[in-house]
Amino acid sequence: MPYTAEQPKRRESNDDLRARIPGWGADLDPKNRPAVPRERFDPAATGAHWDFPDRQPEKWPRERSVEHKMLTPVFGTTVPPRGVSGVLRKYAYREYSEGQAAHWLILLAADRVDAVESHLLSFASLRPDNPITETGVLSELTRHGYSSRVGRNRADVKHQWMDPILVAGPWVLAAGLLYTTVRALARRR
Amino acid sequence: MRAMVYRGPYKVRVDEKDIPPIEHPNDAIIRVTLAAICGSDLHLYHGMMPDTRVGMTFGHEFIGVVEEVGSSVQNLKRGDRVMVPFNIYCGSCYFCARGLYSNCHNVNPNATAVGGIYGYSHTCGGYDGGQSEYVRVPFADVGPALIPEWMDDEDALLCTDALATGYFGAQLGDIHEGDTVAVFGAGPVGLFAAKSAWLMGAGRVLVIDHLDYRLEKARTFAHAETFNFAEYDDIVREMKKTTDYLGADAVIDAVGAEADGNLTQHLTSAKFKLQGGSPVALNWAIDSVRKGGTVSVMGAYGPLFSAVKFGDAMNKGLTLHMNQCPVKRQWPRLFEHIQNGYLKPSDIVTHRIPLEHIAEGYHIFSAKLDNCIKPVIVPSQSA
Repeated sequence: MPYTAEQPKRRESNDDLRARIPGWGADLDPKNRPAVPRERFDPAATGAHWDFPDRQPEKWPRERSVEHKMLTPVFGTTVPPRGVSGVLRKYAYREYSEGQAAHWLILLAADRVDAVESHLLSFASLRPDNPITETGVLSELTRHGYSSRVGRNRADVKHQWMDPILVAGPWVLAAGLLYTTVRALARRR
Repeated sequence: MRAMVYRGPYKVRVDEKDIPPIEHPNDAIIRVTLAAICGSDLHLYHGMMPDTRVGMTFGHEFIGVVEEVGSSVQNLKRGDRVMVPFNIYCGSCYFCARGLYSNCHNVNPNATAVGGIYGYSHTCGGYDGGQSEYVRVPFADVGPALIPEWMDDEDALLCTDALATGYFGAQLGDIHEGDTVAVFGAGPVGLFAAKSAWLMGAGRVLVIDHLDYRLEKARTFAHAETFNFAEYDDIVREMKKTTDYLGADAVIDAVGAEADGNLTQHLTSAKFKLQGGSPVALNWAIDSVRKGGTVSVMGAYGPLFSAVKFGDAMNKGLTLHMNQCPVKRQWPRLFEHIQNGYLKPSDIVTHRIPLEHIAEGYHIFSAKLDNCIKPVIVPSQSA
């Protein structure tokens, strides 16, 4: 009880715990805990044999946070910015620091634009996007989709019904828009 | 090579990609033999992490065999069997020199608030990940390590993130002998955090989740008392009751950005991306810990703001500890625990999925089908 000074009574003694739990107390002494102390100055421990790393070649103007003084010596090179999403991403990096919500909100918006651009581009390729195979939704039939949810008292079932709408909704809307446009054009003729 | 490729929220597939080249003298190219899907990959999969680009390959948990090394690599050679921590780090910056490997300042031009992580969006540096046949590993003399002869592949794989992170989370809880430790989340990290809490000398370990099959695992694997929050009107009140109204001494948030339990929080974050994450578990942790206690945050959150109950944390005089795990610092001690039989990481693996079926793997893990706890990805060449 927190209303008096005593330490709460232990349910199990150390001996009982040691008998029940393999390794109980092996790291009781903080000296055995590798994350303690949090900071430990030991540059020789890392394996680095440089004071500052060689610089990786910059093959295109690499976008970077304005909170960096310079381009870091090493960086990822996958998926350079492209299209409208690329313009948005470069703008977010150039104009806003990580401390500003606009930086992240523009990047999130660029992600959505990127998805639309990529889906449209895929239709001009030999491998168009396939929402059935790419969502893995068929595993609902082979991996107990129904029995994994029903009668399980899962909290996430309250919102999982939204997922298909969020995934398929834009496709249905786009198809509807396309149909309406084509029909309107046909009527004009 | 065959590689998992992100195609937009909730959509992934396997595509042909070029084998990554050496881009820096201390790079290595690793042929991946096993990879895993992490709970935090689901934040990318659901489109929550800013600057996640279509075409990126995810995967920050992987092991493999060295295929090629750059001109300055001294510690690895072709054919070595290696485990690769999820952190990309230089080993020489201000932060690395102080052991903060997950906070390296030399590997992520896109953000200063986070270090480099394989396959984890451009916000974490724009590196492709290991859910593929090959992956570029920067600073090969710093991050990767030879897998000990006695260690099996799945144990090594889980050391690259989930086990190390759970163990680190328990350490950040600053656990003292006999403490009551509550762990929110019975996913891989939560299970390992609960198991590790005993190593630190906990007197009671409580695990909270809403998935009964995971709570069952928490009882059998982590010897924990369990609570299904969906069965209670108010889990915080239950935590107070079970601790005789004191609160737990340490609470670990092993859930992160997509926490369930409050529909508004979940919708505004996971579905509509208006928050960096749904801080339901974190808020429960703040309210369930005793005054003067410690909250350890291992759950991953995005960089945007989240509606955290900071007033309660301040008024209760809490210590909040958090960080991405500096994985390699944990390994020597973790290896001892595995060798001594105190930890058997691969016990939590439930699914082994060929890379070609990656879309099903993500869906099964995301939708929590088939009692999934930890899916391992097997590239076709290793199958």
